[in-house]
Amino acid sequence: MKRLSYDIVIVGSGAGGGTVAQELSPLCRQGARIVVLEKGPRLRDDEFTGHELEMAAALYGASGGFLTSDGTMTLAFGCAYGGSTVVYTGTSLPPPERVIRTWNVSGLTHADLECRARKFMAENNVHLLEDSLINENNKLFVAGCRELGYDARQFPVNVKGCRGSSLCNLGCPNQAKQGTDRVQLPRAERNGVEVVTRCQVLRIGEKTLTARVGAKPAGAKGDPSPWEPGDYQVDAKIVVLCAGAVNTPALMLRSGLGGRLPRLGFGFTTHPAFIMVAERARPITNFVGHPKSYYVDQFVESDHFVLETCMYFPFITAKSMAGFGEPHSAFMRAFPRLQMILVLACDKADNYNRVAIDKGGQPVVHYRFQPAAIHGLIRGAITSAKIFFAAGAVRVHMPVARNTTVEASDAARLDDIATKAEFKPGKLPVSAAHLQGGCAMGAGASDSVTDSYGRVHGLPWLFVADASLFPDSLEINPYVTIMALADRVAQRVREEAPALL
Amino acid sequence: MPLDLDPAIFRAVATTIVPEASALDSQGWRDVDAAIEALLRDRPESLKRQLRLFLRAIEWLPVVRYGRPFTRLGPAERTRMLAHLENDPIQKVRVGFWGLRTIVLAGYYGRPGAAQAIGYAADPRGWEALR
Repeated sequence: MKRLSYDIVIVGSGAGGGTVAQELSPLCRQGARIVVLEKGPRLRDDEFTGHELEMAAALYGASGGFLTSDGTMTLAFGCAYGGSTVVYTGTSLPPPERVIRTWNVSGLTHADLECRARKFMAENNVHLLEDSLINENNKLFVAGCRELGYDARQFPVNVKGCRGSSLCNLGCPNQAKQGTDRVQLPRAERNGVEVVTRCQVLRIGEKTLTARVGAKPAGAKGDPSPWEPGDYQVDAKIVVLCAGAVNTPALMLRSGLGGRLPRLGFGFTTHPAFIMVAERARPITNFVGHPKSYYVDQFVESDHFVLETCMYFPFITAKSMAGFGEPHSAFMRAFPRLQMILVLACDKADNYNRVAIDKGGQPVVHYRFQPAAIHGLIRGAITSAKIFFAAGAVRVHMPVARNTTVEASDAARLDDIATKAEFKPGKLPVSAAHLQGGCAMGAGASDSVTDSYGRVHGLPWLFVADASLFPDSLEINPYVTIMALADRVAQRVREEAPALL
Repeated sequence: MPLDLDPAIFRAVATTIVPEASALDSQGWRDVDAAIEALLRDRPESLKRQLRLFLRAIEWLPVVRYGRPFTRLGPAERTRMLAHLENDPIQKVRVGFWGLRTIVLAGYYGRPGAAQAIGYAADPRGWEALR
C-alpha cells in the first residue's frame, strides 16, 4: 500500500466538496497540501454525448439505479468530477426561511445561510432565462396553473450560454451549466488543490484514510486517475467528508463511528417523486429547451408536495410510468406530444428511514413511505393532472390508479381515480434525487452527528460538508443550500487551521 | 443473451411488456441484449440471480392457472399473468416484476432505434437544431 500525506483531504467533489475545495484553496498559497478524492471519473467535454444509457453509466452511482433496501424506490446521485452538480438541472433556490427555522439548529441562522447562498448564486451566474428560451412544455405548465389560480414561479438557473439541449440530467453537452465541475473545482485546482478521480475512500481512521484507485475500465468514458491504480493510505490533519447523503454516512459507519455517534445514518429524507406524463393533441417543444423552468410550492404546508416542470429521456420516461403493454406504449409513441411534471413529496426525518451498511460495508438505504409523503404524492399527482387538463391535455398517465390512462372526459373524477388504495410500493414508479440527512447537525452526539459548522461531535479533525448535514427535508432543490453549508464548514476549517495543521 | 436468460422466455415477457418489441429483427434483439448487459455489468450478482429466478418463475407459474407455461400462452393470457404479478399482494413479488420490467424497458428504449421510432430527437445543439 502506498502512503501519502496531506494537510486536508476532501472526500467528494459535488456541491459540498467543490465548494470546500474552492474556499480552502487560498491555504495552498501558505503551503497547505489539499487533495480532493472523487470516486467517479473526470470526463472530457467531448464525451458528453447525451446518449441516455451511456451517460447514466458514466455519471451516476449504480448507473442511476440505486435501490432502497426493499426495492421500492430508485435513488439517483452523481458520481463524477463535480458530483451531482454535473447531472442536476441547475435550478437554484436559496434556503427557505421557514424550513431553516424549523430545523432549529443552535448557531445556524437563515440570515447567515441566505447570505452565503447569494454569494454562490452570483458566482454561478444564476438568473432567470429569457422568455424566448422557454419551451412549450414549460409554458403549458404556466398556462394550466394560471387557469387554476396556482402561483407558478420561474426557477432561477445557473447556466451560461445554454443552447437548450434539454440534456441537463445527462451532463450538459455544451458545458453551459455552472456546476462545481465548471466553477469551483477548476478555481481550486488553479490555486493548487489536487483532484484525484476514480479514487474511492474505503475507510477513515484517526487522521488517516484508506483509499482505492481504480483503473479506467476498457471502453469507459473519462480520463484515467492521476494516481496509479492500487490501494493508498492517505494521512491528513483535517478530513472533510462530502460524499453525499448516502455515501458519507456509509463511509463513517464502515469506519466504525456508529458506536460513538448513535444518530449516524438516521434522519434520511429524499423528496420521493413521481414523474407525471400527459399527452396532447399536437406536438410541442419538449425535448428542446431548458427542461425545468417553473415550479409551484404553495402546497408544501397543506399537502406536502412541490410541483416542477421536467422532461426526461425515453428509458427514464418509460420506467417512470406504471404498467406495461399497449396503454404504456401508447404514451411512449406520443413522445413529441408529451408534457411532464415532477411531483416532489416533502417527507420528514423519522426514526426508520436511514442509511446503513451491509456485511461488505456497502451502503443500504432503509426507507418506508410515510403517510404524509403518500398523501403528498397522491395530491401532487392529482394536482398535476388538473394542470395538464387545464392546459388542454387529452389524456394523463396516473400512476396511482387502477386504470393508469385517464381521459380528459374523466378530469372531474380525479379524486376518485387516484386513491390511497392504489398506492402499492413496488408497483409504483417512485424515484428520488434530493438525498438528504444521515449526519444531521445539532447540539450533541445524542441528537445529531455534527455541530452547526459540520464538525463531527468528539472528533475535532473530522468535518462533514454535504446534504447529509440536513436535520430534516429542505422542501426545495438542495444544491445552493449545500454550498452555503459547505461554505460555513470551510470557514470553520480556515479559522482553526492554525491549531489543526 | 443477457444474464444467461432463456431467450424464448425473456422475449415472451419482453414483447408483453413492450408490444412493439415483436417487430424487432435479430439485430434489434442484439441491441436490446447489449443495452441490458451494459446496464447490469456492475450490479451485484445477487440481483442478477434474482432476476433469473423470477423469469423462471414466470415461465412455470401459469401452469397452475392455464395448464401450460408462459411461452405457450396467447398475448391476452400473458398480459393477465404479468398484471397479476404487478398487483400481487406480496410486495416482494411486485418488486421482482418491477425489476424485470425495468431491464426490458432499458433494453428496448435504451436503443437509439427506439428513440427514433417514438420521435424523440433531443440534440446537443438544442434550439439551433430545431431551426
